[in-house]
Amino acid sequence: MTFKGWILPLLLIAPQVLISAVFFFYPAGQAIWQSLFIPDPFGLSMQWVGLGNFEYLLGNKYYLASFWTTAVFSTLVTVTSMVPALFLAVIADRLIKGAGTYRTLLIWPYAVAPAVAGVLWLFMFNTRVGIVSWYLGLLGYDWNHVLDGTQAMGLVVVASSWGRISYNFLFFYAALQSVPKSVIEAAAIDGARFWRRFWTIVLPLLSPTTFFLLVVNIIYAFFETFGVIHTITGGGPQQATTILVYKVYADGFVGQDLGSSAAQSVILLVVVGLLTVLQFKFVEKRVHY
Amino acid sequence: MATVDLIDVRKRFGATEVIKGVNLTVADGEFIVIVGPSGCGKSTLLRMVAGLETVSDGEVRIGDRRVNDLEPMDRDISMVFQNYALYPHMSVRQNIGYGLKIAKMPKDQIAAKVAEAAALLQLTDYLDRRPRDLSGGQRQRVAMGRAIVREPSVFLFDEPLSNLDAKLRVQMRLEIKELQAKLGITALYVTHDQVEAMTMADRMVVMHAGVAEQIGTPLEVYESPATVFVAQFIGSPSMNILEATRTAGGAQLGDMMLPGPGGSGSVQLGIRPEHLSRDEAGPLQMHVNLAEPLGANTLLHGWLAGTQLPFTASVPGVWRMTGGTEELQLSVDPEHLHFFDKTTGRRL
Ligand SMILES: Nc1ncnc2c1ncn2[C@@H]1O[C@H](COP(=O)(O)OP(=O)(O)OP(=O)(O)O)[C@@H](O)[C@H]1O
Ligand SMILES: [Mg+2]
Repeated sequence: MTFKGWILPLLLIAPQVLISAVFFFYPAGQAIWQSLFIPDPFGLSMQWVGLGNFEYLLGNKYYLASFWTTAVFSTLVTVTSMVPALFLAVIADRLIKGAGTYRTLLIWPYAVAPAVAGVLWLFMFNTRVGIVSWYLGLLGYDWNHVLDGTQAMGLVVVASSWGRISYNFLFFYAALQSVPKSVIEAAAIDGARFWRRFWTIVLPLLSPTTFFLLVVNIIYAFFETFGVIHTITGGGPQQATTILVYKVYADGFVGQDLGSSAAQSVILLVVVGLLTVLQFKFVEKRVHY
Repeated sequence: MATVDLIDVRKRFGATEVIKGVNLTVADGEFIVIVGPSGCGKSTLLRMVAGLETVSDGEVRIGDRRVNDLEPMDRDISMVFQNYALYPHMSVRQNIGYGLKIAKMPKDQIAAKVAEAAALLQLTDYLDRRPRDLSGGQRQRVAMGRAIVREPSVFLFDEPLSNLDAKLRVQMRLEIKELQAKLGITALYVTHDQVEAMTMADRMVVMHAGVAEQIGTPLEVYESPATVFVAQFIGSPSMNILEATRTAGGAQLGDMMLPGPGGSGSVQLGIRPEHLSRDEAGPLQMHVNLAEPLGANTLLHGWLAGTQLPFTASVPGVWRMTGGTEELQLSVDPEHLHFFDKTTGRRL
């Protein structure tokens, strides 16, 4: 289809453009602008510092540590939410009886809001009254995510991934159902047993879905896990779970350092942009559409 | 290379039985075509031999082994699917070599085998392409290649040509048949196309509603069909079936008397359109209301005088209708009359 003139096409894309403008370009522009200033403690005036905020951040060891934390956290969340989802989907795909119930149960966690999920996990792992920490204690394992950074990281990763498993499961399950049955049968006749078929036929045919989920889950881990971290650890202990987004919040809203916070948002924007480009450039080459 | 035996094989899906006890003995190197209308259970039968469906009852034997409980990969068979079922993410080379790789054949041997199969199937120039970049006929060949490299004991084909155009179908039909004869591998071939069945089969199995109605060479099936169903399914245009009464001197059709072998009782009488010939003194009078010229011969459609039953005759040459209906006298050689039981439909 081709359009004559330009009014109709313009009208058609206008809502998209408008929404992007109001909720993305305007705040992004604001962030870039603010990142070039330092406001005084009372917020009455702003002092131009150029790239000073950025220079300061890139030399700041807490900020650089937060980069590393984010990398660890998002890798763990992506893996923890995708691998079990794929495994469960493969089982569901093989089930004939009871597949419906199984699917419904698996989808439930997705319906739980992240902050609520955070509270649930927090409750279970509460260092004093949590049922899981109590059992761990019986087993001789001392659970204290309030003091232990590794445990805190583990807990926020699990709490963030838990609901995502449902989401990823749905996509994997749908993708598995669309792999032609005869292709699997042909592989079986060619001599491939279940796991061989899985690695050489099924997984490659799932790659568009896997790639899509990879991008989506990394973005999720970067931005949408805020609620979980906020309720469970508040970024602690000692910034062990302070991912970049959380630091934007902590420095900007809690620490009231708006210039630095704005500069951090800008860096975050660039990082996510680069990451997405990288994914498309390198991972997509190995995807078979 | 192996024999295949089906011994009272049955298949039930839930409560419905779709294969109702099929017996078949396939000799080593034989080309068996399973033919029948849609839904009669051809694919199901083939898939039971392949191990893709469980056998509800009876026994499937390949060579001297009972294979009922063996996985497809342990049956030493290969299969060509209707939609080819190629691996979309692999090149033609990888598609053909996949089974060999799994069998842990050394790389150089795989390469040699793939090259050999590709040469045989004229695929050498396409080895590095993906299936989606091939034409239907080429995909069909890749599926063939994948089936032959493993040198199985039995080939299974499920309507492998039905997605091709008519001309390519004729060509591939010949190629498959030649290839099978050359390799000497036992083949079971499913089709709903009776021309394919007639031309390719050493023996054919005509299936109807889960039952093998007749098993025999194409000419046996054509010349002495075992049931009314087989009589009408094999042969084109299909055989005329009429109610008749047998007498000492032949058959009574309405008020027409057809000379032939004697008998008695009410029967179904079958006459193939191509066995009718124009004969001024012939015993059959036909009203023709439609002529379909095919070039070499003409199909005449109408009904027999006094019966109202639809009737078709095939006459040599071109026939031009002059009016609305025309009358025609026909005769038929007594040896071309087929008699079937009125209720069971079985050949008498
Ligand atoms: N998995 C299944 N569950 C229930 N019924 C089935 C199943 N597979 C096949 N059937 C039924 O078994 C019968 C035979 O099917 P089959 O696929 O063998 O037919 P076919 O002869 O190959 O037909 P076609 O020429 O259309 O391919 C059909 O009535 C079909 O509905
Ligand atoms: Mg079929």
